[in-house]
Amino acid sequence: MKTSLKGTLGMAAALAGLTLGTGLMAGEDDNLIVNEEIEMTVRAPAPEHVDAFDTIYSGWVFRSDETQALQADDFDNPAFVFVDTAIDSWNTVDGTEGKSCASCHEDPMESMAGVRAVYPKWNEQAGEVRTLEMQVNGCRTEQMGAEPWKYDGTDMVNMTALISVPSRGMPVDVSFDGPEREMWEKGKELYYTRTGQLELACANCHEDHYGDMIRADHLSQGQINGFPVYRLKNAKLNSAHARFKGCIRDTRAHTFAPGSDEFVALELYVATRGNGLSVEAPSVRN
Amino acid sequence: MKQAVAGAIALMASTFAVHAAEKAPGEVEFDEYGAVAESLTGVPGDPERGREIVADRGLGNCVACHAAEALADVQWHGEIGPVLDGAGSRWGEPELRGIVANAKMMFDGTMMPAFYKTDGFIRPGDAYTGEPAPDDLPPILNAQQVEDVVAYLLTLKES
Repeated sequence: MKTSLKGTLGMAAALAGLTLGTGLMAGEDDNLIVNEEIEMTVRAPAPEHVDAFDTIYSGWVFRSDETQALQADDFDNPAFVFVDTAIDSWNTVDGTEGKSCASCHEDPMESMAGVRAVYPKWNEQAGEVRTLEMQVNGCRTEQMGAEPWKYDGTDMVNMTALISVPSRGMPVDVSFDGPEREMWEKGKELYYTRTGQLELACANCHEDHYGDMIRADHLSQGQINGFPVYRLKNAKLNSAHARFKGCIRDTRAHTFAPGSDEFVALELYVATRGNGLSVEAPSVRN
Repeated sequence: MKQAVAGAIALMASTFAVHAAEKAPGEVEFDEYGAVAESLTGVPGDPERGREIVADRGLGNCVACHAAEALADVQWHGEIGPVLDGAGSRWGEPELRGIVANAKMMFDGTMMPAFYKTDGFIRPGDAYTGEPAPDDLPPILNAQQVEDVVAYLLTLKES
């Protein structure tokens, strides 16, 4: 009963979205409220270190009304099938120590609240910047005595989606003025490097031409507050690194590998360009 | 036998002729404004083939960034670069050849890729595979394809 009620509300939200949407920017004034309770900040004043923008926009703003509506209710959001799978693995014992994630972290909806919002993050003990994926594998190998997961494999991306859920609606707040600064600078350099035979940098499309069409694609600001995202294009969850890999490949470049230092640095830098937007993950994009 | 030898010689001669006339990407001479006066092949461009190259995702894919009413039958035009309508009135053949071959010679820092260039890239790849480029990385368009595109653009006159 509750399910069907929620479904009806989701449908109503979808229809409202269809009516309100205006033009390619999908409405300057459209707002995202998930499950009628989580108010997402989809546009915010640009952080001081981002000279190019006055306002930062979530990628949600650039998507079609139909795609936008899918994210307004968890019953419509296809990503939640994968979140359910991750709940099972959260509770599954693995490794030599006889532990599951739940053994230490209990209920992820409580213990993981706020985590997604501050990653990638400097890890003092390891002396390195860690993405959420690196931290999960750190837990698996150091605490559970389990094998690490493939960096952008299904288990991992599903788990990072689950971990993101309790942070939804919280502002992205990734640090870059501490010991992580060197990696951040490296990421910034890569953001402005024109790679491949097409000689395109992230900035060419996502800074200089967001809002414009490139063939059938509507360019966003390349914000990653919604990652991991469920893409309609491949019907699964996609990590930020998987997206970076595809983007750089599409410049006709020798791309970098998910989990590489380059992509950790790029994720750190790009995440800070979205400081102030809400964590939306797992979001829905095309 | 005699005929076969003659044929082989004729074939060699024609192959040689094509190569002699065709400018390799590194040999293209840009003037101080970024224009290229001399044809890359010596063979006149075919505007019909040029139109196909402009529209085809796997070839020039020019419409990814440039819209054109003249290409209204082709789906999905981008909004990154200037519209192509009227390009043949705004520019002469040498300018268009220079812009297609390597627009950065005319417009410093432009986003437009160089379609007839094979070196000086950062992490060049093997087309869209994400793998490293082969040692003999070909240009995005070959010399005759550049000429065909130029010939097509020259037909896009201001109405």
